[in-house]
Amino acid sequence: MKNSIKYIAGLFCMTLGLTSCEYDNYDEPKLLFEGNLVYQGEPIGVSYNDVYFELWEEGWQTFGNIGVSVDQDGSFSSLLFSGDYKLIIPASQGPFMSMTNTETNSDTIPLNLRGSLDMDIEVMPYYMLRNVSISGNSNTVNADFSLEQIITDENAKGINEVVLYLSKTTFVDSRTSISSSRIGGADIADLNNIQLSTSVPDMTPTQDYVFARVGVRIDGVEDMLFSDIQRIDF
Amino acid sequence: MKKYIYSIFACLILFTACNDEEFLNRDPQNILLEDQVWENEDLVLSVLADLYNRLPDYQTIERWWEFANFDETFASNAGDYWRHQNVDYGYGNWGMWDYGYIRDINLFIEKAERADQLDSEVKARFIAEAKFIRAMVYFEHVKRMGGVPLILESLEYDFSGDPTYLQYARAKEHEVYDYIIEEMEAIKGDLPDGGTRSRATVGAALALESRAALYAGSIANYGQLTPNVSLPGGEVGIPASMADQYYTISLNASEELMGLGTYELYQNDPDPSENYANIFLNKSANNEVIFAKDFLVQGRTHGFTIDNIPRSLREENTSGGKMNPSLNLVQSFELLDNTFAPLPTTDENGDPIYYENQLDIFEGRDPRLAGTVILPGASFRGSQVDIWGGWKTTDGTLITSDQLGGRGTLPNGENAQLVGFDGPIPNLEWSAQGGFYLRKYVDTSVGSGQRGTGSAVWWIRFRYAEILLNAAEAAFELGDNAKAAAYMNEVRRRAGFPTDLAPSEIDFDRIVHERKVELSFENHILWDYKRWRLAHRVWNGESVDLTNNPGDAEAVSTRVFGLRPYKVYDPGSPNHEKWVFEEFIPTPVFNPHRFRLGNYYSFIGDNVRNANPKIVRNPNQ
Repeated sequence: MKNSIKYIAGLFCMTLGLTSCEYDNYDEPKLLFEGNLVYQGEPIGVSYNDVYFELWEEGWQTFGNIGVSVDQDGSFSSLLFSGDYKLIIPASQGPFMSMTNTETNSDTIPLNLRGSLDMDIEVMPYYMLRNVSISGNSNTVNADFSLEQIITDENAKGINEVVLYLSKTTFVDSRTSISSSRIGGADIADLNNIQLSTSVPDMTPTQDYVFARVGVRIDGVEDMLFSDIQRIDF
Repeated sequence: MKKYIYSIFACLILFTACNDEEFLNRDPQNILLEDQVWENEDLVLSVLADLYNRLPDYQTIERWWEFANFDETFASNAGDYWRHQNVDYGYGNWGMWDYGYIRDINLFIEKAERADQLDSEVKARFIAEAKFIRAMVYFEHVKRMGGVPLILESLEYDFSGDPTYLQYARAKEHEVYDYIIEEMEAIKGDLPDGGTRSRATVGAALALESRAALYAGSIANYGQLTPNVSLPGGEVGIPASMADQYYTISLNASEELMGLGTYELYQNDPDPSENYANIFLNKSANNEVIFAKDFLVQGRTHGFTIDNIPRSLREENTSGGKMNPSLNLVQSFELLDNTFAPLPTTDENGDPIYYENQLDIFEGRDPRLAGTVILPGASFRGSQVDIWGGWKTTDGTLITSDQLGGRGTLPNGENAQLVGFDGPIPNLEWSAQGGFYLRKYVDTSVGSGQRGTGSAVWWIRFRYAEILLNAAEAAFELGDNAKAAAYMNEVRRRAGFPTDLAPSEIDFDRIVHERKVELSFENHILWDYKRWRLAHRVWNGESVDLTNNPGDAEAVSTRVFGLRPYKVYDPGSPNHEKWVFEEFIPTPVFNPHRFRLGNYYSFIGDNVRNANPKIVRNPNQ
């Protein structure tokens, strides 16, 4: 009997330990903040894991930010607690410039999160890719497109190069490309009519499709601007 | 009544005991007190030894794996394959923020200045040495982080609850370099000329000044290529107008060091490859070494040789052969006629070239190649290494084994060895997976490959050849090609080149190339590529083939390549048992390196910036 009391007491303590967890912990963040980086409603393509923005929340003892990275198609999403955040796109991020927010008169965007939020962030890209058409077969892939210069004032920047990338997976940029072709910025005769073509190399294991997109590297900007990813079936 | 007497008595005892201070104040028996240390030269030296010992190095023989982060070598060690599989370098990589160390040095200097029991000359030398160490540490910080707060005295907190008076902003990047240069000029008079290589000397101070000023000059000069890598406050980035001034300082410091006459190029062995390898191994008759971290058998040793000795020659039942220098580096060693060429594996029709001996393919190359790398068929410690991937038949079939030195049957029924005792075998760690072994810094003395003994080869931080190359670069940047050629040719003549370079042949590519081959595996590549702003162009994250122009400084080199020798199986033909070679990418290498603009200056931790809001973030992160 003495023993069983011990066991019962032990069991009781264990149950207490497990149930009390409920009270100790915060709920996980549940508010979904999602959207796209856009210019006049059109999403801006970038390379994966390269472009991010920061969310800062004031009132804590120490400062630290929540980094939200932008996907290849310009979309982002993050699960957050409700609160008043400040959204900042660091100056070095992305092939674009931040727009001045009317409320703060700076590039800081106030974000008062009380419920899930679907919000597009307008930015000012240096260029936009227009009329992109990519087609091909098992030998070559061709791309036709034009470039529109958006920023033309003193902040205008030249084009370093335009590149067509092929990749085996839907991650398409310089890191994953299996074949690429490029034209230097100085060699582009007509911004409204740019053509690139590259050959499709042998792939192991063999696959009868490939993913492609074109990118623009802008002088003095680290992150490239990309078109949509296109799947090409042979 | 008795009670009263007792209590009075007790009080009396209490008071008298308290009076006796001698009783409670005793000197500790297990530590030395400040005063005791500062009246004895030997004790002060041991405090200083601790400060020397804590000098940081990024790549060093005590941390071989850091050498594998770039394109110099493949890491043939399963735990380090990730170095060839991650694309991006972290923003925090090679970061540093060690103000605890700086405080210790500052305290040492302050106490030394107060000490009155020491001989004044000895005291001056101690202070100069500590100031040298402090400048080395600030140099280490500035090349990793950009400008950092310059704290030159110990800071004390007054417990007032307000620490703002202890918060210092970052100095401008050039201010830190200026401090190093001025400090070296100020202390060099108090330091001895020669006599030691593990303590600060005039030579070491001038060598640091030469290197630091060269770095500052090239950041000013080449920083123009990456205008984004700068901060408005100058914490990162140096104005282009200051370039010439720094190059001049560097050149003067290098020439002053040469003028000392204490140091010279090591030229003790008639065979140039042997001679080059011995620069790093010979500790007795070696006037090339200016400042080194020394080791001692049965005192303090390191395991570099245990880790990197060729697999077939190892002295332990484990480890060995961990660094396989890349083909990227090997093909950078030029031909003896001062021209560049990839290793000839195929002729103009794409057919393989047949070689009588394995070493023939490396014939006529810079002798430093064989001094840096153990080539297939070369000897080390008197034995030949056995590096070959298998038999290749005429139709291209490969006959090989998955065990080192594995045996099997050839098509004609003969039982033969199918692969070398050193590999290469895909994914087999601790062997020559890339086709080469490292020779530089690998100890030849027997026992150095044993865990119980270890190697006492020293780690050279400054050597004379670097000073010559610093001078050559500074002179070139200042437009004096004749002088640049003269200094560079001194190094090249020692290396074994019969023809000098003409002044007209010196260009930026030459400067980059000469440092790459002379100073490989000496903790230069990262810092050099950073200051030339080459890092983001050479390690740009694109998977490209090996360049055909190894002399091109900007050639992309993001993955390490290897070279596999095969024995030809073609009985009856004159080619039977000759050698063919094949370029390849070691199996664990599947992603290119990408150095982003934000990698030029490492990330400053959030904890640092939270504690001191005056610290600004580094750019592009």
